[in-house]
Amino acid sequence: MSTIQPPDRLKPAAKTEGTQQAAAPTSLYADRQKVYPKAVKGPVRRAKWAVLILCLALYYLVPWLRWDRGPGAPDQAVLVDIGNGRLFFFFVEIWPQEVYFLTGLLVLGAIGLFVATSLFGRVWCGFTCPQTVWTDLFMWVERVIQGDRNERMRLDKQPWTLEKLRKKGLTHAAWLLIAAATGGAWIMYFNDAPTVTVDLLTGGASLDVYFYFGLFTTTTYVLAGWAREQVCTYMCPWPRFQAAMLDENSLVVTYRDWRGEPRGKAKADGIGDCVDCQACVNVCPTGIDIRDGQQLECIGCGLCIDACDDIMKRLDRPTGLIAFETLSNLAASTAATKALPPSRARCATGMEVRRVPRFIRPRTLLYAGMLGAVMAVMLGAWLLRQTVTLSVLRDRAPLFVTLSDGGIRNAYTLKIANKDRDIASYALVLDSRTALQMQVQEAPTTAPGDRPMVTTRPDGITQWRVLLTQPPGTPTRTSIPVTFRLVDGRGRTVVSESSIFLGPESR
Amino acid sequence: MPTKIEKDSLTGTDTTGHEWDGLKELNTPLPKWWLYVMYATIAFAAVWVVLYPAFPFQGATGVTGWIAREAVVGDVRAAQSRMEPMLARIRASDPKTIAADPELRAFAVAGGRTAFANNCAGCHGAGGQGAQGGFPSLADDDWIWGGTHDAIRHTIANGVRAGESDEERTSQMPRFLADGVLTLPQVNDTAEYVLSLSRRSTDAAAAGRGEALYAENCAACHGERGEGNRDVGAPRLSDQIWLYGGDKASIARSIAYARAGVMPAWGQRLDPAIVNMLAVYVHALGGGEN
Repeated sequence: MSTIQPPDRLKPAAKTEGTQQAAAPTSLYADRQKVYPKAVKGPVRRAKWAVLILCLALYYLVPWLRWDRGPGAPDQAVLVDIGNGRLFFFFVEIWPQEVYFLTGLLVLGAIGLFVATSLFGRVWCGFTCPQTVWTDLFMWVERVIQGDRNERMRLDKQPWTLEKLRKKGLTHAAWLLIAAATGGAWIMYFNDAPTVTVDLLTGGASLDVYFYFGLFTTTTYVLAGWAREQVCTYMCPWPRFQAAMLDENSLVVTYRDWRGEPRGKAKADGIGDCVDCQACVNVCPTGIDIRDGQQLECIGCGLCIDACDDIMKRLDRPTGLIAFETLSNLAASTAATKALPPSRARCATGMEVRRVPRFIRPRTLLYAGMLGAVMAVMLGAWLLRQTVTLSVLRDRAPLFVTLSDGGIRNAYTLKIANKDRDIASYALVLDSRTALQMQVQEAPTTAPGDRPMVTTRPDGITQWRVLLTQPPGTPTRTSIPVTFRLVDGRGRTVVSESSIFLGPESR
Repeated sequence: MPTKIEKDSLTGTDTTGHEWDGLKELNTPLPKWWLYVMYATIAFAAVWVVLYPAFPFQGATGVTGWIAREAVVGDVRAAQSRMEPMLARIRASDPKTIAADPELRAFAVAGGRTAFANNCAGCHGAGGQGAQGGFPSLADDDWIWGGTHDAIRHTIANGVRAGESDEERTSQMPRFLADGVLTLPQVNDTAEYVLSLSRRSTDAAAAGRGEALYAENCAACHGERGEGNRDVGAPRLSDQIWLYGGDKASIARSIAYARAGVMPAWGQRLDPAIVNMLAVYVHALGGGEN
């Protein structure tokens, strides 16, 4: 592996001799140097545009998808209904206590990220990360209004004129507009999209909605407009530990130094393929030089590949001086070409010794296995998910009641959660080794077999208070296990829950 | 040890002039933004002291006149006015009717639970389980003054022997030994007979002697077979529930010196709607009668 070196702009400024006997003060703080990425064309850039359009389209349009769930239920396909404690995702509807499905999705996302990173390097960072997508969009806006790299640098240097004011103002206005649309789309995931859009525009939305709208508008504007690569370099934890997922067989954006070095003018003799044109540096959205080797700031977007290939084609040299390449191939090529002088032959030799990247290796198998296991667990959990759940809360004060005839009575509160949108009725059945009489308060109807009938309201929790009585004369035990079961019309046990029946300690 | 202020060669910052064992302290003041935030908080505090109560004196309310207590009172009042439509219906109704209406019943049980915890749980226990020594369990099926909705409501509203209501529940058990009606052996015999009513007597001879004494002195209120009489608040003596203990010593003590529990008349303390809700809640604890 190449050593990771800080780019020049992060190295402390060289010490200069002071006027006094000691060295002049050195600041450990380096100002940010603004990055002016140049426009670039090529296959990687096209892929990046496609991913950007897809991601943004999903983000902005998904809240508007409708999904009919019947009367009384929201008809938004994807909705986090915080007020009513429901999460809707097309045919899926989960309750707050099932938030582990969401957790499972996040775990899946994390492991999926591990898999992708171990195979293809930082593709998440370079292509799909929201920070990358919105920064890319903001840069496009900037380029359309202010022009490409050189024009933007000139504009920033020149004194304030009406023209500069117009261009800068227009850019920021456009950014704010996009940011507002982004903040607006965010709250649509938590509110009915058409309603909240009208409310937002007419001033009728709640303070919460305006707060989150403002929060996400501001963060989008600041992070994509101003902070940009600083988010990746200083704020984001992912670059810090992604090195643990990468190895010498991962495809990463790599400069083939064995072919490019020594760099120099195109017409000079004894010089590698790199003509030191700075095209790769100029297009880099994080402002680094990929020729310095693997480095923390590289988000793996591959735009330098497009830039370099373009130059190579113009010089009629083989493309791929910068490419998605594994570090093991890089080492193999370096070893094979060590003795060769810069030439077409050296290039060909170096390329020949390359092997197809080992996509199947213990690391990727482990990550894929974890991914499969979590998927299987989640699928299992989903298939076994119950739409009717029963919880039994035993009265603790009093633990038991002695009746006038010497019988013992325990009271329970049964909570039946019905996650379906239909009313449901069940016979309540008690299983216990000792004969106990069951009485359900306020349950006038009985199911077949003289069992008490409990009904549950649709999409909600219904409470029933149940009294169990042990007739007098039964030998008392301190604790008797009991099980409540809900039995449907076909005699099938839908759900059961255990509890205990307590009595006085036998003397 | 103070030394002269000098410029630090490495950072270019002045020292404070303090030195300990060769270590010099650099004079690096707080960041400006930090300092200004602190000044801003001081300015904020100055404004706050003028606007809001800040001194522990009566009447030091600040120019806005805002008082935390009044804010709470206002909130409570607002909550009450939100509940008022339901409370009005409950006030105008009676516990039995309330219990038959699912909507009112749910409201009354929930409100009754809170009111019970605030007013009743101190003696009767958090779940109405009662306590030894005269605080009856409200969750069992034994009632001194009756367990129907109306009887429970009447007891709650008027109290027991508190002298607070003309319609209070009252009765007086004589103090048979203290007032010289029975002798100590006679008290013992009567207690033995009372035990026999719940088939727990261990001394048949004493119980036999007590039978006549019971018939003469106790049966008028407690019934021939100890079945009790709710009209006069005479507890059943033939069951397994004993308010003051069911062992012989406790029963003998009850006969000798009598017992007389007291409960305040809550009708004078609580909104009639609350009393109705309490009656519905207590009835639903498990022992309610129809």
